[in-house]
Amino acid sequence: MQRIGVFVCHCGTNIAATVDVKAVAEALGHEPGVVISQDYQYMCSESGQNLVKNSIKEHNLTGVVVCSCSPRMHENTFRKAAAAAGLNSYMVEIANIREQCSWIHKDIATATEKAIILGKAAVAKVHLNAPLTAGESPVVKRALVIGGGIAGIQTALDIAEAGFDVDIVEKNPTIGGKMAQIDKTFPTLDCAACILTPKMVEASQNEKIHIHSFSEVADVKGFVGNFTVKIKKKARFVDETKCTGCGLCTEKCPMKKVPNEFNMGLDNRTAIYIPFAQAVPKVATIDPNYCMMLKNGKCGVCSKVCSVGAIDYKQEDRIIEEKYGAIIVATGFNPIKLDKYDEFAYNQCADVVTSLELERLMNAAGPNGGTLLRPSDKTHPHTIVFVQCVGSRCDDSKGKPYCSKICCMYTAKHAMLIREKYPDTEVYVFYIDVRTPGKNFDEFYRRAVEQYNVHYIKGMVGKVTPKSDGKIDVQASDLLANEQLHINADMVVLAAAIEPDKTARPLATMLTTQMDTNDFFTEAHPKLRPVESATAGIFLSGACQGPKDIPETVAQASAAAAKAIGLLCKNSITCNPCVAHSNELMCNGCSSCEKVCPYGAITYVDKEFRMPDRTTAIRRVASVNPAVCQGCGACTVACPSGAMDLNGFSNSQIMAEVDAICK
Amino acid sequence: MNKNLQEQIIRSSGVNVLKCMRCGKCSGTCPSYGEMEYHPHQFVYMVERGEIEPLLKSESLYKCLTCFACVERCPRNVEPAKVVEAVRLAAVRQQGNNHLTPAQIPDMLDDDLPQQAIVTAFRKYTK
Amino acid sequence: METFTYYPGCTLRTKAKDLDTYARSSAEALGISLVEPADWQCCGGAYTTAKDEIATKLSAVRTLNAAKESGTALVTVCSACHNVIKQTNYDISNNDDMAMKVNNYLKLSEPYSGETTVYHYLELLRDVVGFDKLKEKVVNPFKGKKIAAYYGCLLLRPSKALAMDDPENPTIMEDFIKAIGGTPVIYAQRNECCGGYITMEDKAQAAKRSGAVMDSAKDQGADMVITACPLCLYNLRKNSGSDLPVYYFTELLAEALGLKEANNE
Repeated sequence: MQRIGVFVCHCGTNIAATVDVKAVAEALGHEPGVVISQDYQYMCSESGQNLVKNSIKEHNLTGVVVCSCSPRMHENTFRKAAAAAGLNSYMVEIANIREQCSWIHKDIATATEKAIILGKAAVAKVHLNAPLTAGESPVVKRALVIGGGIAGIQTALDIAEAGFDVDIVEKNPTIGGKMAQIDKTFPTLDCAACILTPKMVEASQNEKIHIHSFSEVADVKGFVGNFTVKIKKKARFVDETKCTGCGLCTEKCPMKKVPNEFNMGLDNRTAIYIPFAQAVPKVATIDPNYCMMLKNGKCGVCSKVCSVGAIDYKQEDRIIEEKYGAIIVATGFNPIKLDKYDEFAYNQCADVVTSLELERLMNAAGPNGGTLLRPSDKTHPHTIVFVQCVGSRCDDSKGKPYCSKICCMYTAKHAMLIREKYPDTEVYVFYIDVRTPGKNFDEFYRRAVEQYNVHYIKGMVGKVTPKSDGKIDVQASDLLANEQLHINADMVVLAAAIEPDKTARPLATMLTTQMDTNDFFTEAHPKLRPVESATAGIFLSGACQGPKDIPETVAQASAAAAKAIGLLCKNSITCNPCVAHSNELMCNGCSSCEKVCPYGAITYVDKEFRMPDRTTAIRRVASVNPAVCQGCGACTVACPSGAMDLNGFSNSQIMAEVDAICK
Repeated sequence: MNKNLQEQIIRSSGVNVLKCMRCGKCSGTCPSYGEMEYHPHQFVYMVERGEIEPLLKSESLYKCLTCFACVERCPRNVEPAKVVEAVRLAAVRQQGNNHLTPAQIPDMLDDDLPQQAIVTAFRKYTK
Repeated sequence: METFTYYPGCTLRTKAKDLDTYARSSAEALGISLVEPADWQCCGGAYTTAKDEIATKLSAVRTLNAAKESGTALVTVCSACHNVIKQTNYDISNNDDMAMKVNNYLKLSEPYSGETTVYHYLELLRDVVGFDKLKEKVVNPFKGKKIAAYYGCLLLRPSKALAMDDPENPTIMEDFIKAIGGTPVIYAQRNECCGGYITMEDKAQAAKRSGAVMDSAKDQGADMVITACPLCLYNLRKNSGSDLPVYYFTELLAEALGLKEANNE
């Protein structure tokens, strides 16, 4: 027979103003099994907790019910108090008479009656509680970072610094991501490559960091502390261990007409290529879509000129398998495609470009060696018009509903850099708002206006008409002057919205982690847990979680690393004991539970069973991994035979609560 | 501020004027901008504020070409042309307020003018 | 022979006879049978978007219903009719209130709720005939001719309802031009308004608009401009002040198919 203690909290006036707590304590004192029932002003305070502890010892309590605020607030507090007094933590139940009672009702009589009923249900449940012990599972001390941009690199560096091994998986031939394509960064106007490449080199030289470039995550199994990941290392047709990065093959390759992705297709590269001079690893890769040897069996020049024999036309994709304790997602972003925005003549005119294309045009390693020239005729642009918010803040099917966050700042940067380098060039920026949310950001934008004379016009471009004389007629509204103006421009730059990388969604499925409708990974809590996903052991770093600039990305990357380190430094992790378990004798192996489990916690195993006729039979039964199971209960509902039940929230416990309420 | 008239126009247009983010793209793309006293973005804003009277009296109502450029290009799906039409209808539905009368037609004709022009003008300007 | 209900519209019967006759003779040559409904009315030229406008949409619904009752899809050639009919069809499919009011008024044998598929003649060429099939039947290709397609505003917008092509970067007319052997010319003003009905009371505005269109086409090297709308043709020919010739696309189609001599011009 249980000996249950009931404690009813006043919570100051939060509960006591609407619920007659003394009456509740009195009524619950009459429930079967309740040996002590009292009220107290602040149960969560030290003296309140001591009250619980002392009562447990004094009255030999086997179960505790606390009628108070939501279990989200203080369930842990009272579990710890019980444990300190020698009672199993899971013999404690909370009746929520604040958020679910006193805070939503006004009438004292109704609220008190309801509080008593809630208390009775909790008492009925505790009668059926069984002591539970939290299990432990080991932690593999290795982290996986998916994505080798600045976010992935920073996270890897921080984790390595803490002494753990880290693997970076990057789908491109080199790490560096978008930051490698940027010319200068706001608000300091540092050269992006100058601040990034040292980090890239550090990552490649750090003993604890292992870079898998030109590779993708193919499969993820397992759970926090114990992920098993299959990585597909794509064939580059070059032996990484032999290639010295000398670049001779790229000079001699006869296929020179491949659109160069690094320069946004504004110039060409060869079929065998090194993406850019500071690539890490500095290893050549052959593009099988353009290589004449791989396509038609002709050529083979690179193989002939390679002094170390690194070319291997027979190389194949291969899969490697590794175990990790923590996974950090850092898959980054891309600007959207602008096919649906031809009111700006993007597809009709080579001189209408996106901001990232402009970045390449202005960069010293870009198609024009750093001189800004019109793509169409390589002449100097005298008038440049910037159009903001293309595809952002949209409530239509064409664009994205969110603000892409970085465009106001990078346009101010572009405008200033152009005015600085080419004082004869007029720059216009058509904006809806100017959003400058960071440190020194607004001052940066004001410099563009006040010091560099960039013409910021509140309004929007409506139509871009390219003309045969090479000029572009830009028709736009100026809302403050109440005019529609025409600007005879040489170039138009569109600030395209940014969206998560296309590999993000399939990856989210593999990781069973959440995404929002815009394909950004969802954080566990938007304010308080921004770098963790809701899936234990998976952390988020950088723009894959939401549009952000470099300072924020680096901050988030280090935060994600800190969380990962917190996990990796444990030798084992405690599992929540309120997990599902299957009664093997009742389980008929139907797989209903496995199919509904959102966490992939259920597998099926073949077990031997003693049959009534003294033979043994092998039956397929469900097996729940207590480390992965989050106790959601979906399987217990799906199970047709009732074999699946939840520790701490068993079917009989729930029914007991219902009976107590309905009495 | 005539609340009734404002509500009627908003209901008739089917437009949610609050969606407008004041970007000005509608007016930026409007081919009739130079001929209008009030421009598409102003129609949306003034209807939101209830300043309908000046719009009702303005010739701008008849300068809209119904080309749907503002409808197509508005990033927020506000559809300003529908607001302009709702105000225009509020104007011409009043007795004696037709913008075009049959008597005016003969002077506008020429041998090549397709009757489509007359029909459409009547549809837009009269009730 | 595939059969379609054919809605010419008022102007194709009178001031724009060319647009109509060439359309019909070309259709026949391409294996399409166009059947007019027994009695049809003028569509009105412009779609009234207001939610409380019902009477102005009824003639379009009657035409759509006639097509439905004959079990065929509806084809129209004039851009303005295309715009009115497709927008009516879209609204009646998506707006229950409008569908209810229209059907209450019309008392058709069966309520109409957007069942009919509406094609513009160009869509017929693209989706039913196929531009490659059309190319095979061409006997007089427009070789070396730089032809600028003029869409105007009504063929493409609002794109949700008309769903004919990309409203900012369309290719259907350019593909047509290629199929008849010509070289399409892309120019930014090809989907901007010619002025339309504003020619009635403000010739200056119509001149400004159609002038901008023709200047843009000429600037990009066009030899001629083709269009699908009688009002666009009128504005571009008479109000633009340009010397570039303007034709109906069906006239070029008929000529390409070798049918032009058969029609009395």
